Amino acid sequence: MLAPLVRMHIPDGFLTPAISVIGWAIAVVLIVVALRRTRRQLDDRMVPMMGVLAAFLFAAQAINFPVAAGTSGHLIGAALAAIVMGPWAATLIMTAVLAVQGLLFQDGGLVVMGWNIVNMGAIAAFSGYLAYTLARRLGGESRAAVMAASFAAGWISVVVASLATAIELAASLTSPLVLAVAAMGSVHALIGVGEGVITAAAVGLLLTTRPGLLQSGATAPGGRTATVILVGLAAALLVAAFSPLASPSPDGLEAVAASQGFLGLGRSASYPILPDYTVPFVSHPALATIAAVMVGTLVVFGGAVIIGRLATRRKTADL
Amino acid sequence: MHFDLTDQYRPRPSVVHHLDPRVKVVLALGFILAAGLTPIGAWSGFAALLILALAASLASRLGLTFALRRSYIALPFVLVALPLVFTIPGEIVYQTPLTGWTITAQGLDRFLSLILRSWIAIQAAILLVAVAPFPDVVWALGALRVPRLLVATIGFMYRYFFVLADETARMLRARTARSAEAQGRRKPSLLWQGGVAGAMVGSLFLRALERSERVHAAMLARGYNGQMPSLAHREMRRMDWLVLLAALLLLVGRLAWARLS
Repeated sequence: MLAPLVRMHIPDGFLTPAISVIGWAIAVVLIVVALRRTRRQLDDRMVPMMGVLAAFLFAAQAINFPVAAGTSGHLIGAALAAIVMGPWAATLIMTAVLAVQGLLFQDGGLVVMGWNIVNMGAIAAFSGYLAYTLARRLGGESRAAVMAASFAAGWISVVVASLATAIELAASLTSPLVLAVAAMGSVHALIGVGEGVITAAAVGLLLTTRPGLLQSGATAPGGRTATVILVGLAAALLVAAFSPLASPSPDGLEAVAASQGFLGLGRSASYPILPDYTVPFVSHPALATIAAVMVGTLVVFGGAVIIGRLATRRKTADL
Repeated sequence: MHFDLTDQYRPRPSVVHHLDPRVKVVLALGFILAAGLTPIGAWSGFAALLILALAASLASRLGLTFALRRSYIALPFVLVALPLVFTIPGEIVYQTPLTGWTITAQGLDRFLSLILRSWIAIQAAILLVAVAPFPDVVWALGALRVPRLLVATIGFMYRYFFVLADETARMLRARTARSAEAQGRRKPSLLWQGGVAGAMVGSLFLRALERSERVHAAMLARGYNGQMPSLAHREMRRMDWLVLLAALLLLVGRLAWARLS
């Protein structure tokens, strides 16, 4: 029952066309840059490698383990892809996955696909990659440290992406900001644990069998710009989140429509009242939830660093 | 597995199937946009779009209810929008007995309209892949100026998705075969199970990576130089333009009427 609910793929109709177009605009820029960077990284291996790895991520989502009451943990995969292939390649892989999921299986809409690519592709890949590289640099190079960093990457990528989704839904007035952020954030804080465990175990296996692979991920393009891109995306989201609240008419077309009175039979549009109603009561709890998520992120990240440090120190003591 | 592994294409000798794939893609996107632009509470607008979707289904010889039967997929997401019923201020139509939450007419309108938008939009997406083979859809994306390398990657993914899904199914079967339940022993911890799933994912990743290297080598052996050659070449016929223009006019006209009347 819960399984379909916890997916982050926004279906068509849940975002306004205006906001969907903004999402596509951001996604197109990201995709073009990702294509250029990945092309430089992989040369003519790019198309077969990205294609087969995208097929892998899609198929790997079937490898699940039961968590509780009908929910099962499975992979979204942006963090894993980013750790091994680098964030730009991961964005590209996730774009292909989301395109096929949306087109072929109607998992996520077509007009809103831009935002799905931004959320589960770029935001998840870059936040996961940033968490991983930072935790590794602070935590050390031992096996446990790398696995702890991977866990943090998996958890953070899922939670941050779900927050972005919640903000977009709220900006489209599909869901009240405070409820969307709280519900998406708390559910995905749990899902993220599954993502983290799977990511860590997968990276652990790669560490045992093909340690060289992880080296290539560490030198992949995008590492240095990861922070800049994340800050840019976060700023775009903040603008999106507060644009409907800042303007008295959230959706230009609908406002025009409302003033022309077709909304029917004397029912006045509810939007003009909404901003005044929403700002004082709703935005503060939402900010509180976002703050809570940031604290959670710091805790998970800090835990990963501490575990890494301890494990690395013990290893050097053994030597 | 949460996806249906059979291909979604349903071959039929219909007018819709014979259209240029570009027309099908543009019309599906246009239809979804029209659903998104239909104003809150414009019930007749939603009805018109629904009739249009049913007509397209009928014209494709897929049967009236083909798209309807599969259109429930996105509905669980509706729960995200459910709080609107309570939070949008307006004329109160019902109050829950214990908690005192109020349901407003405006909230209900918005909630129902959102459900309708997404439910109607998804039917276009279902129809699109039922009337066009997926490689044709991918070709159409390329012809509509989606970056060529991205289109090639998506095409590759589609080609190898079934191979890797089979590989995954074999791994899952092997896991089940080795996971006998011993009497008197506790089930292994969740963390352990998650670790096993993760190791399987890592193993599958390695297999996929090695497969991609073999594929690349095979492509090089056949003269691959970084360009994806294609023999597909299509011209838009008079019928294609006719259907495209008629359907777009219908959508735009319907929308304009709903917004201005």
